[in-house]
Amino acid sequence: MSVVASLTAVEVAYSGRGVVLGPFDLSLTEGEIVALVGPSGCGKSTALRLLAGLEQPSRGVVTRTPERGQTAVVFQAPTLMPWADARTNVALPLELAGMARAKAHDQAQEALAAVGLEHAAGSKPAQLSGGMAMRVSLARALVTRPRLLLLDEPFAALDEITRRSLADDIHNLWTQTRPAVIFVTHNVEEAAYMAQRVVVMSANPGKIAGETVIDAPLPRPPAFRTSEVFRDAAEDVSRDLAKAMGRTQ
Amino acid sequence: MNRTLETLAPFVLVAVLLALWEAACRLTGVPAYFLPAPSAVAAAMAQDWALLLASAWKTLSTALLALAFASLTACSLALIISTNRLLEKSVQPLAVALQVTPVVAIAPQVVIWAGLAHPDRAIIALAVIVSFFPIFSGALTGLKTVDTDLERLFDLYGASRWQKLTRLHIPSATPFVLEGHKVAGGLAVIGAVVAEFVAGSGGSQGLAWRILESSNRLQTAKTFAAVIVLAIMGAILHSALQGAERSILRKFKGR
Repeated sequence: MSVVASLTAVEVAYSGRGVVLGPFDLSLTEGEIVALVGPSGCGKSTALRLLAGLEQPSRGVVTRTPERGQTAVVFQAPTLMPWADARTNVALPLELAGMARAKAHDQAQEALAAVGLEHAAGSKPAQLSGGMAMRVSLARALVTRPRLLLLDEPFAALDEITRRSLADDIHNLWTQTRPAVIFVTHNVEEAAYMAQRVVVMSANPGKIAGETVIDAPLPRPPAFRTSEVFRDAAEDVSRDLAKAMGRTQ
Repeated sequence: MNRTLETLAPFVLVAVLLALWEAACRLTGVPAYFLPAPSAVAAAMAQDWALLLASAWKTLSTALLALAFASLTACSLALIISTNRLLEKSVQPLAVALQVTPVVAIAPQVVIWAGLAHPDRAIIALAVIVSFFPIFSGALTGLKTVDTDLERLFDLYGASRWQKLTRLHIPSATPFVLEGHKVAGGLAVIGAVVAEFVAGSGGSQGLAWRILESSNRLQTAKTFAAVIVLAIMGAILHSALQGAERSILRKFKGR
């Protein structure tokens, strides 16, 4: 399996706040789902922005093999253009890359159908529920068939039921093109359910505090949430997290 | 029932106040040049309605023309300036200076520049000056107030500067620009009236001239009539702009 993106001995320092991340190493191989868990301010989102190429490290090396347009990000908020309907929002990455409007809108319609929202294509973001808006955001990320998908706490603002159904949606969509996925979250169970590998971070500055590999095929059935593998993984991650919190306190 | 009452309440209050005013004028016998009775004002309005309507149209059309001109110049200038930080920094103090200078203070000079024979031009110019700023600052704020994550997304997909301007910054600015126009509409009327006062000639027969003329002749009832027409006109313009703002925003956001 080849490496899609990696951070090697990276450090990020902001003036006035000092080093917020690093030294930090992380690499993502093709078709892998990795969860990044840690307390607030541990630099999870910073690591994500480095991988996206949206920010440069103060030190260290970032390698990224996807070409421009092959990396997609889903933020904590749906981050949709409020003046544009769902279809136009999803078509944005294609249109920015120069695709003709009609063709881009056709593909956007397909991407919306893949997240079960073909009926909402003409709705503006204000007319959508939180979960629906997040699905539109997901459709927009997947419309370019990215090789690297970065999810920055995409479920943070959603209720438990919506979270679970969106988690299953992400797994199902992932099976179609198998991008490398990095998934930032606060939630241990969510990380253990979603990922094949969970990396726990400690804060001040952000460093790796532990790693758990979860050896169960994707997508996972709902029963996985009650399985022994899941429980063990969640326990390991919790232990790493407790250790990470202890170190910062 | 409750709603009807709420709708009727302000009219009832006005009617009561007018009745008190009428009664006070009749009982105290205060001279008409000092305080005319509402009935006298109504009579003045009825007698001069054609003239008042023509003057109102004159003032309104001046204000609308000024608003259109201010809109065009303010939006284009904001668009140019938003692309360059240095340009923005250098223009800002000038724009603020223009905004805080009372229009009455510069009006006489503008009247001279426009040519004493062309008070219309001076009046439009002054109305443009006062209505320029809210649109300009609204547009500039709006062009810069963009969701940071949305901007990151545009960067991630390699959007060009032009794409970011037309697909992100200009649409983001729309609500701010609309708000600016609403404020500017009211100011344009004030600008037109103040300018007409300062120009002080009958060359442009707006409502301000009706007020000046009647007040110089101590025809206070006519002055009141013109002021009332002016207030009604301002209210209509304000609610028209507010209605336009709301309906555009509803279409814009889908709700």
